[in-house]
Amino acid sequence: MKYMMMMHAPQGTGDYAINSWSPEDFEAHIAFLQRFNKELKESGEWVDVQALAPPAQAKLVRAGKDGAPVTDGPFPESKEFLAGFWIVDVDSPERAYELAAKASAAPGPGGVPLYTPIEVRPVMSAPPPVDV
Amino acid sequence: MLRHSNTTDTDLGHLLRELAPQVLGAVARRHTDFAIAEDAMQEALLAAAEQWPAEGIPANPRGWLYHVALRRITDRLRSDLARRRREETVASDVWAEWAFVPSPDSDVGMDEDDTLVLLFMCCHPVLTPSSAIALTLRAVGGLTTAEIAGAFLVPEATMAQRISRAKQRIKASGIPFNMPTDGERAQRLSAVLHVLYLIFSEGYTSSAGPDLHRTDLSNEAIRLTRLLRARLPEDGEVAGLLALMLLTDARRAARTGPTGEIIPLDEQDRTLWDQRLIAEGTALVTEALSRGAVGPYQLQAAIAALHDEAARPEDTDWPQILALYGLLKRMSDNPMVALNHAIAVAMVHGPAAGLDLLKPLDTDARMRGTHRLDAVRAHLYEMSGDHNQAITHYRAAADRTASIPERNYLTLKAARLAAGQHTREPTLDADPTSPRT
Repeated sequence: MKYMMMMHAPQGTGDYAINSWSPEDFEAHIAFLQRFNKELKESGEWVDVQALAPPAQAKLVRAGKDGAPVTDGPFPESKEFLAGFWIVDVDSPERAYELAAKASAAPGPGGVPLYTPIEVRPVMSAPPPVDV
Repeated sequence: MLRHSNTTDTDLGHLLRELAPQVLGAVARRHTDFAIAEDAMQEALLAAAEQWPAEGIPANPRGWLYHVALRRITDRLRSDLARRRREETVASDVWAEWAFVPSPDSDVGMDEDDTLVLLFMCCHPVLTPSSAIALTLRAVGGLTTAEIAGAFLVPEATMAQRISRAKQRIKASGIPFNMPTDGERAQRLSAVLHVLYLIFSEGYTSSAGPDLHRTDLSNEAIRLTRLLRARLPEDGEVAGLLALMLLTDARRAARTGPTGEIIPLDEQDRTLWDQRLIAEGTALVTEALSRGAVGPYQLQAAIAALHDEAARPEDTDWPQILALYGLLKRMSDNPMVALNHAIAVAMVHGPAAGLDLLKPLDTDARMRGTHRLDAVRAHLYEMSGDHNQAITHYRAAADRTASIPERNYLTLKAARLAAGQHTREPTLDADPTSPRT
């Protein structure tokens, strides 16, 4: 079963607080995530991972009356935002939670775990039951 | 292979996939490291797929594959050995045994049971279901890693890793390439049947849209089950599983509409059902049941046969189906069986009786995380004429399924009831004790 694990950067972190960390902290964080991704690939559970550009580059888009895009924003500092996501294919929801907890504890400044909130949701990819 | 476009390719694919488990069995018998044997076999299959279309199919295709697979292993051992020589731990006896590779046209002694041993190994209970499925499709089914990855919509590297880990797990568990002992045989066979049924269910979906490849998994499950049945013709449950697959697959064309939407059993165009499959499945299960030793797959097949032989929904022999679910329920403590039993009770004794039977399932921990209880309850409330309750439970089920076609089906059921458009009368007289909307 497939799950999307969405990493939410907390409110107020704006253009990625990570960019102002010390080089050691930054490198430790990136190394952690690379190791995490490598382990996901080795366990045969990896489907996709994507990181998103910071909210300073985000626009809200709606269709105007003529169908042309009307853009709004960016809103860099205002709210919690999606920093990136994984899609994993695992044997149980518990395994998805376990992976999310691991990602949540990625190290922050001074090596202290960030406990980033990770939203875990099933991807609608199951076959329908044999008999309805 | 799964995606060949012309007949020649398809014929070649069929031949290769038929030979794959036989040759792998012979290689695995000779080389005790199953992981290495399986890799070599996969390389031999790829070499054949590349060379045979251009050079023609060899006179002895089995011998050719065996020869190439063994060559790959000797090449690998030779380079391993060269490395080890520097460490002065030359296993010369190993090398002596492996230096001899029979020529491509020599007759390869094949053991009829090898395919069976392979299935037992790939479906071993030490493996998780997803890795057993992947390994079975590759080692017994002869599918490429790319084809299996395509069927499950995961990257090829991920599937390769899953297969490789499954093989490591087998190696670490020290499972020999042998038939299970008599003592563990029943449990091991039931694991094989379970994996085959999982492959079938994965494939039992719409043939439209992004899930196109999945229907091929149903065909593959049927093919593998036929293979198993050819080796175990006396086993009633193997026959039962094959019959269940055929009798279910017979309804495939009628089961979904043009955009992949689900059409439930009682609304299907029964003229689209495949009578050839129904005849084959019915004969299989009838013969199996006549021998005694009745098991759950035979009972489910018998139920599927009763649905299939009804020309109209109202001709369905529900009392007989209810009796079979009664037997099945006594045989296995499975809440999904209890759910289906409740439906049969509702069809025979009215929806209120069925709804009563669902109550104990509310506290069954195994029902947590499934939407099926809500879906069945919604259906029974709709039968009883209690549309408010039906709408509530259809929506709850729609919120919890992970299947898009099923979500759409359940959502539309709720929406149509809410809009007052129930196109047909409930199948049974409404239960007078239930409030009407």
